[in-house]
Order: sequence, then C-alpha cells, then structure tokens
Amino acid sequence: MNFVVPDFYPAAAEIFVAVMALVIMLASTFARGVRWLGYALTQLTLIAAAFVTIFTMQGEVSYTFSNLFVSDLMGQFLKLVIFFSMAVALLYGRGYLADRNIDKPEYYLLALLMTLGMMVMVTANHMLPLYIGLEMMSLALYTMVAFDRDSGRSTEAAMKYFVLGALASGLLLYGMSMVYGATGSLELSGIAQAVYNQAANQTVLLFGLVFLVAGICFKLGVVPFHMWVPDVYQGAPTAVTLVIATAPKLAAFAMAIRLLVWGLFDLAAQWQTMLMLIAVASIVLGNLAAIAQQNIKRMLAYSGISHMGFVVLGLLAGVVDGDRHFALNAYSSAMFYAVSYVIMSLASFGMVILLSRAGFEAENVDDFKGLNKRSPWFALMMMFVMFSMAGIPFFIGFFAKLAVLQAVVAAGYFWLAVVVVIMSVIGAFYYLRVVKVMYFDAPEDTSAIRAPAEVRVLLSANGLAIAALGVAPQMLMSLCAYALLASL
Amino acid sequence: MTDIPFLSLAIWVPILGGVLVLATGSDRNAPLARILAFAVAVAGFVVTIPLYAGFDAGSSAMQFVELQSWIPRFNINYHLGVDGISVLFLLLNAFITIMVVMAGWQVIQDRVAQYMAAFLIMSGLMNGIFSALDGVLFYVFFEASLIPLYLVIGIWGGPNRVYAAIKFFLYTLLGSLLMLIALLYLFMQSGGSFSILDWHQLPLPMEPQVLIFFAFLIAFGVKVPMWPVHTWLPDAHVEAPTGGSVVLAAIALKLGAYGFLRFSMPIVPDAAHQLAPVVITLSLIAVIYIGFVALVQTDMKKLVAYSSISHMGFVTLGFFMFNQLGIEGALVQMISHGFVSGAMFLCIGVLYDRVHSRQIADYGGVVHTMPKFAAFFMLFAMANSGLPATSGFVGEFMVVLGAVKFNFWVAFAAAVTLILGAAYTLWMYKRVVFGKVANSHVAELEDINAREFAFLAILALCVMAMGLYPFPFTEVMHASVDELLRHVAVSKL
Repeated sequence: MNFVVPDFYPAAAEIFVAVMALVIMLASTFARGVRWLGYALTQLTLIAAAFVTIFTMQGEVSYTFSNLFVSDLMGQFLKLVIFFSMAVALLYGRGYLADRNIDKPEYYLLALLMTLGMMVMVTANHMLPLYIGLEMMSLALYTMVAFDRDSGRSTEAAMKYFVLGALASGLLLYGMSMVYGATGSLELSGIAQAVYNQAANQTVLLFGLVFLVAGICFKLGVVPFHMWVPDVYQGAPTAVTLVIATAPKLAAFAMAIRLLVWGLFDLAAQWQTMLMLIAVASIVLGNLAAIAQQNIKRMLAYSGISHMGFVVLGLLAGVVDGDRHFALNAYSSAMFYAVSYVIMSLASFGMVILLSRAGFEAENVDDFKGLNKRSPWFALMMMFVMFSMAGIPFFIGFFAKLAVLQAVVAAGYFWLAVVVVIMSVIGAFYYLRVVKVMYFDAPEDTSAIRAPAEVRVLLSANGLAIAALGVAPQMLMSLCAYALLASL
Repeated sequence: MTDIPFLSLAIWVPILGGVLVLATGSDRNAPLARILAFAVAVAGFVVTIPLYAGFDAGSSAMQFVELQSWIPRFNINYHLGVDGISVLFLLLNAFITIMVVMAGWQVIQDRVAQYMAAFLIMSGLMNGIFSALDGVLFYVFFEASLIPLYLVIGIWGGPNRVYAAIKFFLYTLLGSLLMLIALLYLFMQSGGSFSILDWHQLPLPMEPQVLIFFAFLIAFGVKVPMWPVHTWLPDAHVEAPTGGSVVLAAIALKLGAYGFLRFSMPIVPDAAHQLAPVVITLSLIAVIYIGFVALVQTDMKKLVAYSSISHMGFVTLGFFMFNQLGIEGALVQMISHGFVSGAMFLCIGVLYDRVHSRQIADYGGVVHTMPKFAAFFMLFAMANSGLPATSGFVGEFMVVLGAVKFNFWVAFAAAVTLILGAAYTLWMYKRVVFGKVANSHVAELEDINAREFAFLAILALCVMAMGLYPFPFTEVMHASVDELLRHVAVSKL
C-alpha cells in the first residue's frame, strides 16, 4: 500500500479559505477589542480567494483527492461569482448588523465557513463532499439566521429553517443512498457509467432520483419545497436574508448540474418531467403569492421562488427526445439566469438594508413610499431592479428571461412558454407596485437616507450594473456558455 | 451617401439628452431643465431631417442601414434601417416631442427634470421601434418605451392615475410577451436569425402562420388599440397629463399599426389574407361602435380618446384590404392623426390648465373669452371630423376609396365614420365653445399666450399643409407600399 500525495493545486482556493477561517477564529479570539478585524480579514480573504481561483484556473477538467474533487471552469466561474456576491452582501450588511449590535467577528467567520461549504459543493465530484459542503453551508446559515439571538422572530425563522433543512438533508441523503445502492458508486462519473450501462436497478434508481430532486429543490427554494423561503427571508435579519438569497442559489444550481447532469444525465427524461411540474408550480405560486404581500422581504421571497422556477425551466430544456444538442444552450441559459438573479437580488435586499436604520426595519412595501422625493437616485436604482426582475428591457432580467424562454421554445415546449409568459405579466404587477409606491405616492417618512459611503457607491454600481448588463449582456452570457462548455 | 449614422443619432440623441436633463436634478434647476430639454428635443428633430432629405423615394429597400453585432450568443444584431413606411414616423415622433416639451413648459412645476427626461427618453426609444430591423431590438425598444409612459401617467396624472398606469402597463405587456414567443419561434424556424428581413423570406406552414398571426394580433391590437382590447386607452388618456396624452395618441398608437405592416403582413402573408376578415370586422366595430361611444362621452379627453380608437380602426381597416390606396391611405391617416389628435389633446390641455376640468358641461361660450384659441380648436375639430382641405380628409378618403374597390358594403360602413366623426367632434365643439358664457370660470379665461399660440400654429400649419398638398408624404411611401403588396401577394406555404 503506497500513499499518494494528492495534488493540492486545483483545490488551492478551498485550502486558502479554510486556513483563513481558522486564522480569523484565532485572531478574533486574541484581539477581541479590534472590532473591525473580523470583517476586514473576511473581506480580504474573499478577495484573495478570488485571485487564487483566477491564478490556479485550468482550462481542462482536473480531478484530485481520489476523484472526490473536480476543478473545472464551471466551478471556478461559480466560485468567483460566489466570492463576489458574499463580499458585496457582507459589505451591504455590515452597517445593519452594527446598528443591531450583532456586528461580531463570529458572524464573518460563519460567513466564511459558509463560503467554504459552497465552494466544496460547487467542486464536488462525489456524493460525499457534496453532502459535506451542503451541510457546512447550511449549518453556518442556520446559525447566521439566529444570530440576532434576542429577536424572537429570528430564532423562530432559524428553527424553522433548521428543521426543514434537516429534513431536506435527510431526503437528499436517502436519495444518495438509494442511488448508491442501485449503481454501486458514490462518484458521479461512476454513477453515470452504471446508469448508462443499465446495470442499475431502475426502480431503486428512480426512487433515489426523486429524493435527490427534492433535496435540490429545497436548496433552490422552489415549489413544493418552498415553505421555508418566505418565513426565513422575513424572519432573518435583513443582512442574513441578503446572504441566503444570493450565493446559496448558485451553489444549489451547481449541485443540480453535478447530480442531475453529471450523474444522472441518462435519466434526463425522468427528471425533466419532475422539473417541469416544479418550474410551473414555482412560477405560478411565486408570482401569485407575491401579489398579496405587504412585507417586502416576503414579497421578494416569493419573487425569488418564481425566479428559481425560471432557473429550473432552463434546466429542463436540455434534452429533447434523447437529443442532447440543446443541453449547452439550456444549461448556460439557466446559469445566466441564476447569476443575473444573484446580481438583482443583491441590489434589491441592499435597498431594503439601505432604508433600514437603528431601531427601524424597512420591511414593508410602504416603507418605500415617496422614495423618489427622499432620494431620486436610489429610487432610480430600485426602479432598475424592479423592472429588471419583471423582465423589462433594457435590464439584465429581460435577457435572462429571453435566454431561458429561448431554450424552452427551442425544446418545443410552447405551452410552457405561454404559461410562463402569462405568469410574468401577473408578476409584473407587484414589481410595478413597488415602483408605484416609490414614484406615485408621497413619502410618510421624510428622514434623509444615511448610509456609509461605500454602501452608497457599491449599491449605485450594483444598480447601474443591472442596466449596463442589460445593454451589453453578451459578455456574461458567453462566460456562462464557455464555463459550461468545458464541463459538460 | 454620408457615413453619419443618422438613425442612431435619432435614437440616442434624445435618450442621452434625456439622461443629461435628468442630471440637472432638483426643481431648483427647473428653468435649466426646461431649456436643456427644449434644446435636446430640437436637436433630436434636426438629426431626423436628413432622413427625409436624403431619402431615396424611388427605392423600396431599407435605407440608412446600420448593422452591428450586439449579442452574438443569440445572433442578435443592432440592425437599423428605414423604408418609406417607417421614415415619416421618426420625423413625426421627433416633431411631436418638441410640442410636448413646449406644452409642459409652465404646467409642470413638480419634478420638471424627470418629466422632460421621460419624454425625451421615450422619444428616442420610439424612434428605435420604428427603425429596428432585428426582432429582439424591436422588442427591446417596444417594451422599454412602456417605462417612461408608465411613470408619466403615474407621477403627473390625474386622481385615478395609479389604476390607469398599471392597467396600461399590464395590458401592453401581456400582448408583447406573446409576441416574444412568436419571435422566438421564428428565431428557431429561421435557423437562428432574428433579422426581420430574413423572416420576411421565411417559408412557413399554415398552422404556425395562424398562431404567429394571432400572437402579433394581440400584441399590436392592444397597442393600436383595437376593439375589444381598447379599454386601457380611455383610462390612460383621461389620467395622463397633456403631454402624455399627446405622445400616446400621436405616436404610441402608431407603433401597433406599424407592427402590422412590418411583422404580421410580410411574415405571415397567408394567415394575414385568410384572417383579414377578422381584422376588418374588428376594425369596423371600432369605427362604428366606438364612434357611437364617443358620441355620449361627457369628458372631453375621453371623447378624443374614443375618437382615436375609431380613427385607428380606419387604419387597420386600410391595411387589411391589401390594396395600394388602402395602405397608403391608412399611413396618411396615421400621420394625420398624429398631428390632429396631438393638437386636440393640446387644446384640451390648454382649457384644462385654466379651469382644471375636462367635463364638457363645465364649459360653454369659450369663444367669447378665448377667440384665438377657439379658431385653432375649430380647425383641429374640423380636421378630426375629416373636413376636406385638412389632413384628416386625405387619409379617410383614400381608405374609403380603397374600400370601395374591395367591397362596397365595407366601404359603406367605413364611410359612416365621416358622419359620426363630425357628429361627436362638432357637437363637443359646439357645447364647449359656443353658446352663452356658462360660468364664472369661463368668464375669467385668458386667451392663449405666445407659447401656446406657437405650438398650436405650427400644428395648424401641418394640418393644413398636409390636407392641401399630401404629395410629399405619399411620395415617400409609394415604392415601399408597392413592394410590400407584391411581397404579401406571394404565398409562403
């Protein structure tokens, strides 16, 4: 028995983040007085990790740690977006946390561990690391939701999230065990091979598949596994909601690609049918339920459900009658949608945070009343976000919808496109309502908007990016397609 | 030809100028915002003049073409060009924008920069619609132009503005999203091209043609608007500020009609022929039934809004008879309606600014206090009812002539509009302008000032000139309409 030293190079970024997490833990223990240390180190780590990822980027797919770990362009691209979105989310949220006295180093440590969990998920080539990454992310998130420990609502949300999350993890594990039982492999390529050879027991395999899809859907937050989304979004401190609503969606997307496309591509006909029901149900329920919401975090939660429905819509258009030519187009559209959603979601919750201050939660749609009078600039930014989410051009949300709809139409699902489009019109209503409240109503709260300069600048940049990417979406679209091309 | 991209200028000068106006910020800088907006509007008009001056009326091909790759991932191009059908609308649009800026000069005191910027940006976007030759580019401009109008109605509108703004937005969005699916289908069928000109050549079986036709019919029918999807228009008109109504009537409604000529008829000619009776029936209902509806209105703006629907019914009627006179007449009618309805709404705006009422019953005897205004209003009312020697007559006459060739009874029904139009317009005019001075408000009215005189006079000149000598307008469109008819006559099955 000879021991082979694994190649650490492809996993440099993961190792770096893990080490830094420990460093921050120690640093914040020994330097308790320096309040900014945890935050600053975390941000530096995220930025440095992005550089490490870029410098260690390899064009081809490489495996390490006995094929537990895969390094490919899709993973690296998603990791970069995750770093970016975490960094932005932490920056937006810092003032909010400070106002509530929970701006503690542990928070940032948890955020970093969560990032690490997502990185592991994104780069997993094996069910085991996938599950470990998922749990690492989720456990950190549960704690973050409960971070404002004096708040009853946050605790309730965390409890709900934890119980349902544990249930979903159970489902996922159960599915994994069935797939393992049927195929005899936990490694994705091994599973794919076994399914291709039709060596697996179909009944067990399909049961396993159902549970896997359920687990993925829970993490994406789509119907019928969406119950936690509105409650957790509403109950969590807004800074944490911002984190939940962004990067984890990308990790869940990566999980879907790894499990369904890498592992079970030959069962596409089966999981596509499931995803079709899920997508339609999410878009219908998300849009209809969002209309009734007065709480903007809840509204954005339901809107997020429908957006994730669109991502699923892209995922289900990959294989038509066994023809796999559509796969790249469809999956890259879904990925483009997910990335666009993250950018929009950052800005939308960023705006909610911007309007909040010590002792005041800007939670209701009505808190945006007359924003155009209070701050025409940020009203404009919020309008960009809302129109973008509604899928109106020239904003990125339109091209995201266009890409997904294009994939759906190319796959021949016209009725699906029509249903989705009609729901989009219904969905436009609640986005329009936010614009209406900001522009058509008089302000009730006339206090000036106070926020640190860096938040103002970044939020403006975020809003402008939504418009700029809407005028020139080509770059991001090609990146998504290129990243996936190497991984399919 | 020169290499100056006049079409891009026509689109981006108003948009970027609008952003500049927006940057003047708060109402403290309102005078600056107004002057800047006026300058941008004039500049936006000036850059469209070469489009007419340099237009080769003998050619039916696209002119001033600009072609650049925009989103190669889906083969979407920044492809612009105009032919005889579209070029006049760019000029009309840029021209109306100047009128709108002038009309809002004093009335709008709240958030002036945003108001002016909204109209300028909208003007640029609508120029984009008329000149886009790429399906997605067209769609993008088509949708994006909803945003400024939504804001204009919602911010500066009347008491029920929120309802009107949202209704306007959702109605149009529903139509256009169905069109988007049709565009994506065509993209797929044409092997990955979004070029409208490619689609014109694309053979299609009958069943998809019919479905595409209906998708377009809903999209453009809502925009025109055709009966029975017209109900958003009276609401939007009544609640919109004067400028909003003017742009809505003069330009926005034309987008739908233009869509029929650019998309429905050339892309799915067989379906268009087969389903022409449907469109003609709907058009006739709009002409006659909506004409009667206009007759009973008590609100001036609503009356003109219904009259717009009725006139636009004439336009769609002209299109779907598939003959030269019908289509050219409809196009002339569109331009003329742009001037006349714009002028009508401006006139109502002049009254509303003074009395703050649009109810016909609140007026009476305006001629005694506002003689100059009454003269202008008279001219426009006559044009609206289609009096010979005004622009309103030319288009209606041509369409009726075209209809006689097509089917006598259709022509007969269409001609009823000449009576109805005169009835509702002139009856309203009589109740508002003539008679005894109705109340103290009317007695205190001041006649129009120099600014109002200026824009009404310019529009009056346009209406008269077009009525007396329509040749410069018809000359431009002749070759393109000819080519369109030739193209539509060939089956694509």
